[in-house]
Amino acid sequence: MSERTWHRRITGAALATACLAAVAACAPGPSAAGGAGAPKTAGPVSTDPAADGKVTLTEWDQNTDPGVNASTEKLNAAFMAKYPNVKIKRVSRAFNDLKTTLKLALSSNNPPDVVQANQGYPDMGAFVKAGLLQPVDRYAQAYGWPSSYPQQLLSLNKFTADGRTWKTGNLYGVSQTGEIVGVYYNKDKLKQLGIAVPTTLSQFETALQQAKAAGDLPISFGNSNKSPAIQLFGVVQALTAGKQEVRNLVFSQGGAKWTDSGPVQTAGTLQDWVKKGYLSPGFDGQSSDQAVAAFAQGKSVFMVDGSWQAAALAEKMDPKSVGFIALAPSGGASPVTQGGEGLAWAITSKSKHADVAAAYINFLVNDNGMKFVAAQGNLPAIVPGAYQPPAGTIYADLLAQWKAVSGQDGLLPYLDYTTPTFYDTLTAALQEMLAGQQSPQKFGETLQNDDSAFQKSR
Amino acid sequence: MVAITPRSTARKRPAAASRERAPGRRRIQWTGYLYALPALTVLALFLLVPLGQLVQISLFKWDGLSASTWAGISNYTGILEDPALVSSFAHAFVLVLFYSAIPISLALLLAAVTTRTARLRGVSVFRTILFLPQVVATVVIATAWTAVYAPDGVLNGLLEAVGLQQVTRAWLGDFSTALPAVGLIGSWLETGLCLVLFLAGIGQIPRELYEAAKVDGAGAVREFFAVTLPGLRGQIAVALTLTVIAALRTFDLVYVATHGGPGNATSVPAIEVYNRAFNTGQVGSACAIAVVLTLVILALTYGITRLQPEEEDT
Repeated sequence: MSERTWHRRITGAALATACLAAVAACAPGPSAAGGAGAPKTAGPVSTDPAADGKVTLTEWDQNTDPGVNASTEKLNAAFMAKYPNVKIKRVSRAFNDLKTTLKLALSSNNPPDVVQANQGYPDMGAFVKAGLLQPVDRYAQAYGWPSSYPQQLLSLNKFTADGRTWKTGNLYGVSQTGEIVGVYYNKDKLKQLGIAVPTTLSQFETALQQAKAAGDLPISFGNSNKSPAIQLFGVVQALTAGKQEVRNLVFSQGGAKWTDSGPVQTAGTLQDWVKKGYLSPGFDGQSSDQAVAAFAQGKSVFMVDGSWQAAALAEKMDPKSVGFIALAPSGGASPVTQGGEGLAWAITSKSKHADVAAAYINFLVNDNGMKFVAAQGNLPAIVPGAYQPPAGTIYADLLAQWKAVSGQDGLLPYLDYTTPTFYDTLTAALQEMLAGQQSPQKFGETLQNDDSAFQKSR
Repeated sequence: MVAITPRSTARKRPAAASRERAPGRRRIQWTGYLYALPALTVLALFLLVPLGQLVQISLFKWDGLSASTWAGISNYTGILEDPALVSSFAHAFVLVLFYSAIPISLALLLAAVTTRTARLRGVSVFRTILFLPQVVATVVIATAWTAVYAPDGVLNGLLEAVGLQQVTRAWLGDFSTALPAVGLIGSWLETGLCLVLFLAGIGQIPRELYEAAKVDGAGAVREFFAVTLPGLRGQIAVALTLTVIAALRTFDLVYVATHGGPGNATSVPAIEVYNRAFNTGQVGSACAIAVVLTLVILALTYGITRLQPEEEDT
């Protein structure tokens, strides 16, 4: 090696060290101390937007599905008609787009005033930790949200101010729609097969067996987009493990582990269903949209999915020919299933018109707002007084089941809430487990590893 | 023995060698840099600065929103420790096979066949059709192929029609076939590009060489190895560079067709980068993967350029 190259190496190393030092000096993101400035938590509240002069309110939502899109448009128009001094600028994006762009928008200097934030650690938790959302407790008192919302729904939108602990601490928003996952059934098919509507897990399994024996496809299922398996697994796990166990798992309480008998037994049940041909053949190669279409065409007897599919189904088939049921673990017990509420309407820390923003949110979620939501075929988070969907339709079923489940404390959290990376871990592990690539025990271990790593890092 | 002659750079790159040999000459042509300044500014602003930031962020633990903490090289060592990440790089190399090896071999074969004909009628139409996959958005291609591979798709329909019922499956949903199925979309995508490149290259090979080969009594195979293949060295290197880069940084095709599934069977580094940066709040780790991916691509393309004939040869 010549002297020249040595010389060059030393210069290179020195340069690299200098760069590294420079890099270490300025870390990405806001400095640890200040954050985005402490969000305002206290102070008098004005509940009359008319008194605030000319205001432009920017809101970001994910209400792109036809039903919620219509109700949001109508409510925005009604709000502007009531308060002519307020102009609402709406930005609407599909869920995934909103998830990825909202982070960037919130950390900008001029964020939207009102945003829909997804519950859980990856989104709302991260926003709160970075000081990007305002606690809305003072508005909640002014508008009476604690009394209009069930405690269970409110707690999903709560975080401690440091963003580290969920479901307790400050309230960061309220939700407009309810969500419930359950079993859709084709009424004509059931009648042909001579099967009564199943109400428990064992009745459901018997129905699946009968449908299969009669040459029908029991459950239409498409999982190429990975998330549908969470719903299927979640419904069966709720009935197998019980509600306390599921809550302990997701919220990391009581020493519950994903390697416990509940999740492992559920995995075994689902592997058994795959073996018996209860699910669409090649489900990992078809999308959930294709599965919904197949069910709507009468190609299967059942479909396990969320209330958000009702509007799409009602477009493709007679709303009176499809039913919805949330199963109970056993006869006589009340139904338990996973579900929750739509994304929370929250106020950003940098909003200059927090009072108007809160009044707007209240306009969306008060009794009148919920009427708009229900009128467009959505499931309202709080059932408005005197609301009755047409009898015998899927909408009537959904509302009845929502009341039964949420009224009897049967609503269980989505499993991907567990950790920030759980969605990825769970969906990949579910595909492997359902394809028989992973044993139920190994499946449980994979999930538990993710959970343990997160608990250690908190 | 220790005094190794530097690997023939003096012979191969006379210009570079002479520059190194004259350290005393200090006259720099500043006006030349002045002309390059606009290009350099754009390059620095839109390429070098972001690249520097990428490397910088890769040394931190950052969720993209709140304060970051210094992580040193732990994001890099983390790549090696995570079997899912290691296998995503392995998948990318499998895709190189489908994006590069298959299309280039196939295109060479097709190109060789076309040299046997004297003149092709409507060759430009032919070229346009071949090039079409490159023009159509990858998202559209992925969506179309998803329908082909679907459980009740065209491919299974064809297989059933010829009595191969037992072979049918959800091609993109089956752990053993998902990666090859995605790879074959890549093969379909890149073959046209390679063929167009090679056809242009063959057009530049003097016809006399083919005639001479014929006079010497060379058959089709001999002619291919003696005339066509050496004549296409430059084009093959270009095709290799383009297709290898395309394979390693595959994102849209996998994102639309499989989301990296089933399980992690088709996950590739670019998908992991996206997921970590935008979904799971692991921006530092995402940047580290991106840096490693960039280095791998640079190393491979450097290796490929060494295959390319020198300027004076052509």
